[in-house]
Amino acid sequence: MHALLEQSINLYAAILLIVSFGMISQRRILSLVHLYTAQGITLVLATLTVGGLTHQPELFVSAGLTLALKVVVIPVGLHRIIDRMNVRWDVEPLLNIPMTMLIGIVLVVFSFNLAMPIARLSTSIARATLGIALACVLLSFMMMIVRAKAIPQVIGFLAMENGLFFAATAATNGMPMIVELGIALDVLVGVLILSVFMFQIREQFDSLDIRHLEQLRDDGRDAG
Amino acid sequence: MIADPVALLALLVLVPIAGGLVLAFLGHSRHGPEINVAFSALTLAAAAALAAAVVRGGPVLGLGERFFIDPLNAFLVALTALVGFTTALFSRPYMRIEREHGRMTGPRMRLFHSMYQLFIAMMLVALTTNNLGVLWVAMEAATLTTVLLVSVYRTPASLEAAWKYFILCGVGIAQALFGTLLLYLAADRVIGGGEGALLWTHLDAVKSQLEPNILSLAFVFLLLGYGTKVGLVPVHNWLPDAHAEGPTPISAVLSGLLLNVALYAILRCKVLADGAMASGLPGRAMIGFGILSVVVAALFLRRQRDVKRMFAYSSIEHMGLMTFAFGMGGPIANFAGLLHMTVHSLTKSAIFFAVGHATQRAGSQLMDDIRGLLQGAPTLGWGLLLGSLAILGVPPFGVFTSEFLILTSAMRQLPWATPVLLLALAVAFAAVFARTQAMVLGTPNLPPQRHAPALLPVFVHLALAFMLGLYIPPFLADWYRQAAVLIGG
Repeated sequence: MHALLEQSINLYAAILLIVSFGMISQRRILSLVHLYTAQGITLVLATLTVGGLTHQPELFVSAGLTLALKVVVIPVGLHRIIDRMNVRWDVEPLLNIPMTMLIGIVLVVFSFNLAMPIARLSTSIARATLGIALACVLLSFMMMIVRAKAIPQVIGFLAMENGLFFAATAATNGMPMIVELGIALDVLVGVLILSVFMFQIREQFDSLDIRHLEQLRDDGRDAG
Repeated sequence: MIADPVALLALLVLVPIAGGLVLAFLGHSRHGPEINVAFSALTLAAAAALAAAVVRGGPVLGLGERFFIDPLNAFLVALTALVGFTTALFSRPYMRIEREHGRMTGPRMRLFHSMYQLFIAMMLVALTTNNLGVLWVAMEAATLTTVLLVSVYRTPASLEAAWKYFILCGVGIAQALFGTLLLYLAADRVIGGGEGALLWTHLDAVKSQLEPNILSLAFVFLLLGYGTKVGLVPVHNWLPDAHAEGPTPISAVLSGLLLNVALYAILRCKVLADGAMASGLPGRAMIGFGILSVVVAALFLRRQRDVKRMFAYSSIEHMGLMTFAFGMGGPIANFAGLLHMTVHSLTKSAIFFAVGHATQRAGSQLMDDIRGLLQGAPTLGWGLLLGSLAILGVPPFGVFTSEFLILTSAMRQLPWATPVLLLALAVAFAAVFARTQAMVLGTPNLPPQRHAPALLPVFVHLALAFMLGLYIPPFLADWYRQAAVLIGG
């Protein structure tokens, strides 16, 4: 049973990676939110498993926090924003999807190589997952670069934080509680600010296309 | 007078937090600006008392080892509280005028005042915490408090600047979190899990046993992450926009304080990374980023037309110079870097104060629209002129001393870098001096202003920078020396 649980962490890691690829290939904004929720659920399961295996009650608290924040509050908030702003589809990304998938594979290989020497040294139960976590971070990073609309960029940002959170739980058996709480607070406030922001952008430009936000240049621009 | 340093430490952090909460309700009232000044003054008093206690009693470790003050952060705490206070003084008339111009409204004033206090609080937490995880949290929180301030005018340009600020700094800070994680992973093997493994003092004690492979990767992530906040090229894109589009008090504290705090975070991590590996990789990486930032910023300075953007690029240049100095390491270069942190912060915020009033009177941030300051508003004109000369490294201002020390130690340690830096500094000098001259000379075109500008902070800062060029108080020199040894390199 113990061995099975240990193996299950690798399964969760694999799911996270697949979801990250899913996000890259997905252009429907609503599906992106669903994928983000799926990522949150996987994180909760992974945290519970690590908590059970290492007998750390803090991890159960952290799992509860994740459940509340990343499976309920943030997805619901995103749904409301999408409804109120009526944005369903992302415009054509700056790079086409097959191309981004190929770059994504290169990123995964790169992260695995980068994490290999460290994974060998780690004592935690799921050390092999560090590479996957890093891959998830880089994939979300790429998603933020190639997407042109505000909401996919925000989801990329949140997915990146998920990758980091997974690295924290799986590879190091959880950061100290005070740090986790702080991070959760920062994420929550960040999402709140971003949603305020999206309304401001919308009010100003009548669209959530980030390409409106390319006026600031280093020369020849009148100051506001 | 409370003498217990731990109580002072708690006070230092709690006063601005309380200020943020109070101003969230009263920030729009008629006396909002005065309340803001009052809280900043209290914070400054706590910081001064704490600094005095540290001078008397040495380093402080308090609240279950969660907070600590040593020579490296003692002067930064004092500096942050001081500039926080003078900026509050400056923003009092400045924001009133903005409100009369209709650029600020009641709710925006409330947001500004409340977030200003919380911003100062978060920087003080970042400076005094002993926990590298909390340092990260506070750095991110400091960004979050200022994002909405950058976009407070709601112009398309300010929204763009704030979005860039949030996203780029968010991505950057995420790298730093990964770096912190790796650090925790390395510490876990030596100290064991739990909160102790992220406490800097504990890590410092065992730094030679930390796994060098993990530490080198961790440092790369931390440098890139916090480096985004410092404004190092090539991850500096958010900085000129955020400085140019936000209200001027925010530009002053971003340039004068936030960049310093981010650099401080890098220094703390560098000490650990240096201890773990003998290769000198952290220093070399910082030298590379530093020189690149100085050169690129100097080249961009010439192309600027917006005065706040120009001085934002000047901040990138100076942060690059400090990063370079700390990268070289050694007692003299570190000393020079710390001194440069202090004088740059004082001088640059003074410049932003002067620039703020100048742009308000001219009604434009374009340098072509500002002229005749010396004749039209003599004190303002002299403030801007002296400030620019000071930041350009004209003796006897403090920037000259620190730049001179940095360049002479570069001559000894990295001879090839000296001509590059000198050339970049010369290009920067030519660009900024020509622009400033055009702004202060000529026939004035300025309408009169109803509120008297707050020029006292400008001259207080410049006087301090002037003093530090000629005479460094013994206790300060002592802190610098001890901190320089601590940073090592």
